[in-house]
Amino acid sequence: MNTIEYFKEHFDQLQLAGANSSLGAIRKNAFDVFSTLGIPTTRHEEWKYTRISGLFNKEYNFTVNPLTTSFTTNDMDGLHLPGHEQANELVFINGLFSFSLSIIRSPQLVVLPLEEASGNEYKNIVSKHLGHSGQYLKDGINALNTAFAYGAVFIHVKKGQSTEHPVYIYHISDARNSNSFSQPRSLVYVDENARLQLVETFVTVGEQESFTNQVIEIIVEKDAYLEYYKIQNDESHSSQVSTTHIRQVGKSYTHSVVISLNGNIIRNNLNVIFDAAHCESHLYGLYCLKNEMHVDNHTVVDNVQPHCLSNELYKGIVGDNATGVFNGKIFVRKDAQKTNAYQSNKNILLSENASVNAKPQLEIFADDVKCSHGCTVGSLDEEAQFYLMSRGLSKHSARALLLQAFAIDILENIKSEPIRLYVEQLISKRLEIDTV
Amino acid sequence: MLRIHNLHAGIEGKKILNGINLEIKTGEVHVIMGPNGSGKSTLASVLAGRENYEVSAGSVEYLGKDLLDMSPEDRAREGLFLAFQYPVEIPGLSTTNFMKTAVNEIRKYRGQEPLDAVAFLRMMKEKMALVNIDQSLLSRPLNEGFSGGEKKRNEIFQMAMLQPKLAIMDETDSGLDIDAIRIVSDSVNKLHNKDNAVLLVTHYQRLLDYIIPDFVHVMYNGRIVKSGPKELALELEEKGYDFIKHEVGVGEEA
Repeated sequence: MNTIEYFKEHFDQLQLAGANSSLGAIRKNAFDVFSTLGIPTTRHEEWKYTRISGLFNKEYNFTVNPLTTSFTTNDMDGLHLPGHEQANELVFINGLFSFSLSIIRSPQLVVLPLEEASGNEYKNIVSKHLGHSGQYLKDGINALNTAFAYGAVFIHVKKGQSTEHPVYIYHISDARNSNSFSQPRSLVYVDENARLQLVETFVTVGEQESFTNQVIEIIVEKDAYLEYYKIQNDESHSSQVSTTHIRQVGKSYTHSVVISLNGNIIRNNLNVIFDAAHCESHLYGLYCLKNEMHVDNHTVVDNVQPHCLSNELYKGIVGDNATGVFNGKIFVRKDAQKTNAYQSNKNILLSENASVNAKPQLEIFADDVKCSHGCTVGSLDEEAQFYLMSRGLSKHSARALLLQAFAIDILENIKSEPIRLYVEQLISKRLEIDTV
Repeated sequence: MLRIHNLHAGIEGKKILNGINLEIKTGEVHVIMGPNGSGKSTLASVLAGRENYEVSAGSVEYLGKDLLDMSPEDRAREGLFLAFQYPVEIPGLSTTNFMKTAVNEIRKYRGQEPLDAVAFLRMMKEKMALVNIDQSLLSRPLNEGFSGGEKKRNEIFQMAMLQPKLAIMDETDSGLDIDAIRIVSDSVNKLHNKDNAVLLVTHYQRLLDYIIPDFVHVMYNGRIVKSGPKELALELEEKGYDFIKHEVGVGEEA
């Protein structure tokens, strides 16, 4: 597609259809930003190691009309994550939220089209928080999602409520008949003293290529609690730019784990903004890469207010010709005294052609803070391997056990049991296959 | 059981073993003593199959097979066990988990069914009692944050689990206080019987206050220069290694 003109055409159609919507202005601004910045190239500092422009050189079916999808409940068979029987399941098809395929079990949960929320009692929340990620992600790809914030969803976990059922969000790309480009958008509001366990996953159905540019913005109020898991185990012909923007606006607790196991090119942005004092956030990530995979994790922890704690640990196992990128930024603003911010990134390379680009970045403007960062890239410990083999383990089992041991401190931070068991199984399976 | 003939080996082009000859029969306990740098630990490593050592000449026959031709894991599966001088720490892997894999891979090699969880736990409990080690230690990540004594006890526990035919103990006494040496020695004595053999590698005589060897060998400059009954160890203790160096020196001149 001829990028900007192609999207302009679609954009104009959409704006005509929803010209009077309160989202119209936000979308228009975003489209202007996109028109100016375009798709980020590797000349953009934040995209130095991840080239997505090639993905735009293909023809996609870019669905802007929900009626054109023919995905049914039956097509969902086999796509569900473990534990789904107890979960609220929210389904996007080709970037558009589908109420008919979604199942909402918790009365504490309000799920509305974003268009509707932007005009009713949630109006102020939407206008205050929608697009906040754009302040951190100054590139055309984030703006492109906002420009097409259509078929988007608004989720509210009510004050003082805990959803006993987790929320699973499925981003499904229907690539059975043509390449699929989709841009799911969500705005989640976790109200005061509420609790939410949220799992996002990506599924491509069909043999054609898919490219998903997804943004979720989550607002976490005072005394609220958020657990967030992102599971990426899609097909090798599916790519993603996946943005999770968590804004803690009251003293609150968040915990996230991002697991990347399969895909083509994956770029994850995870932002945690401490907009209130005494916030806490734990950020974990594991990428286990093979073949030609490329996974880029960009994280930002922004300490705007004092007395916050963040602890970040990302680990990578990179094999074959795969590439891992880790870029972890920590900002400590002038007023954010007594900040505690820790970051660590550890990588194991399994082959000579595997590579990792790691870049920790600390920008500290306050003087009474504790911050640390560390990064390692190495190969599997030969002495440990020999130790295990001297006890009768084959080289294959020794390597598999060592890699499993390496991954375990990420996996044990998946507090959802069905999801943890699921990921553990995927990893065991991967280690069996890949270390033969 | 083990017959080492004229073994020459080294690492990164540096020759360390210069013609070792040693025979160990089932039921025996042998000890190899010698000053630092004499090649004791190299011999243990070569027998266990550590990759970066190169054997340039000689042969090692173990239970009628060519030991040097076997992979490290097959040596273990055939009943050879090396207690490490410096056991490796592996964060994220518990001894229990690792032992379960080891026991079952060895059983598979021998054509036995894998142990189920119940049978494995029963075996664990039995061996824990035998070598006097606590469950909590075994649930922790392997050797991570263990004291020197705990690491060595963990080695002995693994030995109890794997029931080797030939146990090679590389400086198992190093870095241990007297109490720890006694505990480790007691366990080794319990595990030793007429159907297996033990090769102790040590720098000091003190271990031999607790484990009584059938043969003592003195190693110097990559060779066994003197062998004898357990009394040889006492003589060494009394006269120091200089007496050996002197004796060897005289011998070479003659």
